[in-house]
Amino acid sequence: MSSTMSLDIKRRSATTTPAPSARGAHGGEVAKLIDVSKCIGCKACQTACMEWNDLRDDIGTLAAGVYDNPTDLTDQSWTVMRFAEYENEATGNLEWLIRKDGCMHCEDPGCLKACPSPGAIVQYANGIVDFQQDQCIGCGYCVTGCPFNVPRISKKDNKAYKCTLCSDRVAVGREPACVKTCPTGAIMFGTKEAMHDQAERRIGDLQSRGYANAGLYDPQGVGGTHVMYVLHHADKPSLYKGLPDDPRISPMVGLWKGVAKPLAMAALGAAAVGSLFHYITKGPNEVSKELEDEMERKDQEAAEKEAQP
Amino acid sequence: MIRNPRDLVRYNASERANHWMVGICFILLVLSGLAFFHPALYPLTMLFGGGPWTRILHPYIGVVMVLCFVVMALRFAKLNVMEPHDYEWLKNVNQMIDGDDHNMPEQGKYNGGQKLLFWGLVIGMIAIGASGVVMWRAWWTPPVDAVRLASVVHAVAAVWMIGLIIMHVYAAIWTRGTIRAMMYGTVTRAWAKQHHRGWYRKVTGDND
Repeated sequence: MSSTMSLDIKRRSATTTPAPSARGAHGGEVAKLIDVSKCIGCKACQTACMEWNDLRDDIGTLAAGVYDNPTDLTDQSWTVMRFAEYENEATGNLEWLIRKDGCMHCEDPGCLKACPSPGAIVQYANGIVDFQQDQCIGCGYCVTGCPFNVPRISKKDNKAYKCTLCSDRVAVGREPACVKTCPTGAIMFGTKEAMHDQAERRIGDLQSRGYANAGLYDPQGVGGTHVMYVLHHADKPSLYKGLPDDPRISPMVGLWKGVAKPLAMAALGAAAVGSLFHYITKGPNEVSKELEDEMERKDQEAAEKEAQP
Repeated sequence: MIRNPRDLVRYNASERANHWMVGICFILLVLSGLAFFHPALYPLTMLFGGGPWTRILHPYIGVVMVLCFVVMALRFAKLNVMEPHDYEWLKNVNQMIDGDDHNMPEQGKYNGGQKLLFWGLVIGMIAIGASGVVMWRAWWTPPVDAVRLASVVHAVAAVWMIGLIIMHVYAAIWTRGTIRAMMYGTVTRAWAKQHHRGWYRKVTGDND
């Protein structure tokens, strides 16, 4: 979480009027570029993330049988290296595909779309998607909105947490902590445009070295992302421990948080207002005078019968 | 209003308490649920002590409502079985809405519309209860696709039931002399004979 005061906001959860957006990111939107082909799996980025954000996860276990440690993202681990062993049948090589997992900072963020609490999730003008835990109510809707399975609800405070792209550092002109610490330069940071250029050079290099399918992962199904990958096998993103091939906000969430809202409100409003107008045009449904009189007569008869000895 | 000792008992105290337990829970659930459904209504969370408290309380109130509704539904299910004259009544419902009840067939304790409402609410309660359980993160974490589906079902069931309850409340207001049946239990004989003649005959033995 960072202060919403330090950066301008482009989009704000559960808000139907424009966010304060007079000032724009004229220097360009930012992006982090993760070059998977240069990653050596040292986990320095995980450590830097813990260090900068004051997070301390429980020590994981080797019994999981994989190098991933911890084995999943948590409220204390906003980034995790995921190790995949891939036997490339074309070359006969065993490839170790190591992907730094974490929030992708979608241009069209499903978490923000699903969030019911005004301002609990914001997207800054520079593209970073950030959770404001003080506004978070712990409903978990963001989890359903995310196509990348990123947000984690803390057991301690029931708030949602994820990578902030070090929005606090970026706000004062510094790169994210993971970028700063990466010893091989596999993680880069700059404007989205600059990262596209950088990726193009890297992809050209990889293609010239035999990775014909090398490419950039900047999925358009979520409007592009502000965390992008250079993949040696961009044709098969799912090789990288389940990176979605074509991530999109679930149509269920689209329905629920999209058309359902105005339709339902209109229908219920019409039912209530329609009822009122029915009453004032048709009048109440009263008991007929005839029946009232009949019953009065019968009451009288019953009373007389009782009065007789 | 002076109550007539010859008024007919329509609901006993236990039935009334049961109905209002469901009713109070329903109102609280509508207010807290709509707060999460549409941003314009988010300020309703203030009635429950803010966003997190609303999120905490909503499911527990839901459990109370569903349990109370199960008891109520078991009490009234038999009386709401659809019969041929109910379909006849529904066929003529347009005249009824238009304010002319002269051609409506004789009704028992409940008319066709009330019976449909009853079963509509039974279906709604099953859907909203089941989907609500899936969405309740405080206790379990089902697969995310199940939660996504449950969220849609929950919203649809909620709108369905709120719509039915608007009808239910309006029908009670529109039909004068009805609300007292759920407040202190009785209705006048004239009311009973006009709106539920079959039931009137049964409880009074008066076949005029």
